[in-house]
Amino acid sequence: MSIETNEEFRPKIVAFCCNWCSYAGADLAGSSRLAYPADVKIIRVPCSCRVNPMFILRAFEKGADGVILCGCHPGDCHYSTGNFYARRRMTLLFSMLDYIGVENGRTRVEWVSAAEGVKFSQTMNEFVEKIHSLGKNVRLGDLRCKN
Amino acid sequence: MQELINRAKELLESGEVARVLGWKAGDLPYNPEPAYFEKAEDLKDFVYNGFCGANLSKYMIEASKLEGKTMVCLKPCDTYSFNQLIKEHRVDREKAYIVGVGCKGKLDIEKAKKLGIKGIESVSGAEMTDDCDTLTFQTIYGEKSVAYADVMLERCHVCKGKEHQVYDEIIGESKDTKDAERFAEVEKIEAMSPEEKFAYFQSELSKCIRCNACRNVCPACSCRKCVFDSTKFDSAQKANVDSFEEKMFHVIRAFHVAGRCTDCGECSRVCPQGIPLHLFNRKFIKDINEFYGEYQAGEDTDSRAPLTNYTFEDVEPSIVTERG
Repeated sequence: MSIETNEEFRPKIVAFCCNWCSYAGADLAGSSRLAYPADVKIIRVPCSCRVNPMFILRAFEKGADGVILCGCHPGDCHYSTGNFYARRRMTLLFSMLDYIGVENGRTRVEWVSAAEGVKFSQTMNEFVEKIHSLGKNVRLGDLRCKN
Repeated sequence: MQELINRAKELLESGEVARVLGWKAGDLPYNPEPAYFEKAEDLKDFVYNGFCGANLSKYMIEASKLEGKTMVCLKPCDTYSFNQLIKEHRVDREKAYIVGVGCKGKLDIEKAKKLGIKGIESVSGAEMTDDCDTLTFQTIYGEKSVAYADVMLERCHVCKGKEHQVYDEIIGESKDTKDAERFAEVEKIEAMSPEEKFAYFQSELSKCIRCNACRNVCPACSCRKCVFDSTKFDSAQKANVDSFEEKMFHVIRAFHVAGRCTDCGECSRVCPQGIPLHLFNRKFIKDINEFYGEYQAGEDTDSRAPLTNYTFEDVEPSIVTERG
């Protein structure tokens, strides 16, 4: 006999937002009353390049179902070049995650400026929908089958 | 080998170098170990043969802090690591007298054991003198011969070439032993489905005992303070610090050396569990070559590493999903 739960899957999504563009973009989305799912938990970082690849792995290990990194558009970084480095790092990390067989749709990078409240809410809606279709993340928490 | 010993003796006696970094015989005929020789008479223990796979570049980080010059024996592929360490200001070129030693491929005793060779008493044909065609093992069950190439280390099948990248003098002949495609294995895994990939890596990585050998041997892993060391206890380095690092160890380790890894293959060579760790490093190298242009770490000492560089037109991370 099993206890069947009828709970709807609510994904946990972590969004790293850079302080200068995307966090302000999220603010704008809020003040313009644009809806985005409450599953998105925003973590403010000084710059997108502050995000160490380990942050992303750690988020997955702690039970996140999707991780999205938002930063200023390339060329618009508050610190001039931070997001260029972030872009290279994330490309390699995502490719590695794909290589070890973790669905690559669970990670994403999006450039959102402070004026793009609409883009922020759209991106988040899309991303949450995508994670909904992928379901719960089990693989990244279990890479060495030692849980 | 005698030429190498004579030269080392000469340098030690003239006082030009304070010590020699090479290999000495181990307790078995096939496990020579890295060693320092400070006196000319100690050199009687010096060996150099096909089993001397160890990359001595990493020892130069410590040797650079010692008084006087060190004569170091580097094989062609080791010189890439040395160059990379110069670039990162981890070794002092002035403190090293680099003798480029000849290399005709290094041997993997595990491969011989897999071929059913047991009870080895002595080995002949591993001296780097002639053509290195066959290897003869004297075992307690009799004599056994195998083709040299069949027991060569994986990294030697994708040899980077016989040219030393940095040296003061060269002793001995080298041979390019490349006979396989460098990224063939990586491509094979890339072609698998996500389930197959995951199952493959899970089965490989679950063998890991976290002995940290791959980290300790890696010339690129030269941080004084490593994220994998416990902050609380010095003695607890080998215990897993927490479950996160335990699980993600291999991905993080590979990422930390991405763009700096010369693909020297030491990680796979020393792994007591035989995990093909080079597959992680090579994936990063392949991606870097594809996305940011061909790059071989350690080829020079002044170019910028791919992860400390950028261009405005770099590919977006979404390429990973788009290329399927």
